[in-house]
Amino acid sequence: MTSVLYDVPGPKAKVRARVISWITGIVVLALLAYTGLTLWQKGMWDPTRWDIFNDPLVWAVLLHGLVVVLQSALVATVLALLLGMVFALLRMSSHRVIRIPTTIGLEFFRGMPVLLMMLFILLAFPGVSAFWAVVSALAVYNGAIIGEALRSGVVALPKGQREAGLAIGLRPLQARLQIEFPQAFRNMLPIIVAQIVVLLKDTALGYIVGQVALIREGELLAEFVGRQQYFFSIFLVMLAMYLAINLTISTIARQLAKRRGFTVSKVVADESMSAAT
Amino acid sequence: MVIFDNLPLYLEAFLQTLALLLLTIVLALPLGAVIAAMRISPIGSLRATATVYTEILRNTPLVLVFIFCFVVLPILGVILPFMFSAVLALTLYTAPFFAEAIRSGINGVPVGQAEAARSIGMTFGQTVTLVVLPQAIRSVIPPIINVMIALTKNTSIAGGFFIFELFNSGRRLVNENGDQVILVLVGVAAFYLLITIPLGQLADFLERRVVIRR
Repeated sequence: MTSVLYDVPGPKAKVRARVISWITGIVVLALLAYTGLTLWQKGMWDPTRWDIFNDPLVWAVLLHGLVVVLQSALVATVLALLLGMVFALLRMSSHRVIRIPTTIGLEFFRGMPVLLMMLFILLAFPGVSAFWAVVSALAVYNGAIIGEALRSGVVALPKGQREAGLAIGLRPLQARLQIEFPQAFRNMLPIIVAQIVVLLKDTALGYIVGQVALIREGELLAEFVGRQQYFFSIFLVMLAMYLAINLTISTIARQLAKRRGFTVSKVVADESMSAAT
Repeated sequence: MVIFDNLPLYLEAFLQTLALLLLTIVLALPLGAVIAAMRISPIGSLRATATVYTEILRNTPLVLVFIFCFVVLPILGVILPFMFSAVLALTLYTAPFFAEAIRSGINGVPVGQAEAARSIGMTFGQTVTLVVLPQAIRSVIPPIINVMIALTKNTSIAGGFFIFELFNSGRRLVNENGDQVILVLVGVAAFYLLITIPLGQLADFLERRVVIRR
């Protein structure tokens, strides 16, 4: 689109653009270098702040935290997908008695913070561990969102799909599960994968309700070896771990969106915005 | 009933949540616009900077951003008031989402519009201000509202970091009224829904109108 907005740049304009690009690039790099230098003056790159990472035990603790994160995310994803299907079915039910309460319930789940839901499950059901409070809150919240995605995927299908199913003698539920859901799921896959990235990020909320996962492990580790001296480096390592996983899944999501072609990718751009935060 | 008995406390927390929300919007929306502009600009280095920033922040859990502002910055010798840190964390995190919302709106204007404007001899400035932006603004508003809804929910994380907002008020009230946990938390949820549901309705309404016009 940029090329439509102005004439194709001539040699002079090209040179100018390149000069501006270099100058701003240098400014940005200078800012980064300044930050790095300031950190260096504070001794943040000093070997004494990083030597703990020679200790395999430190890695064991952090990787254990990472495993808990992945475990929570995996269990929550599976449950969210199942719940999403159930929610979508109920929401599209032909009985008003089922449809209307579900719609209200889903609206409720989507409108309140996941963090609040975690606290709610933790306190309202005594005996539930922090792990399951985090996992079930994530499952319900993301299930509500995936259910909505699935429903809009079904709505977007041509009517003939369902009618053909019914015409060959499938029951309504069969038509939903065997004809409509597989197609809707495939069309909405990019949105669903994007939502899984969100779910993975939201596992970090467990930190606030007392689940011992990566961030809490890192903090405890820092308390143990000296917070003032080591927390900065531990923080950077935790950040790198989260980024590595999320960027991988985000890339997959983008590839899927690209393969789905133009029409859906526009939906994805909008929908993932509402979900992704 | 515990909700009505503690209404002043709820209201105080609700106002704090609103303050977080509005302060962050005021700061993050312009920042997001700048990032969006950088991402569609013809200058390569600006584009790269904005892309890297967006990718990093969008793939970092907000809790980690909060920890950066509340724990790492003080270790580096930058000590800020709590409220300031909270708004800073929320702004850093939300700005890229605003930027993406704006960018997708601008990209949503069909290329033919710009082509038509150019082919009747409009300049770059005229094309952007008279043809592309007026249409982009309309399709940008619903996704921006969706980001605001997500932001409203994200302010709850500040409750885990010393700010007395709705989530935190819930925790305190639960401690004081251990026998009415469910009621206390439903009250908190209701205050959140008081913000998110009207915003959602507004976004839906605007979205439908935009579709009709096209």
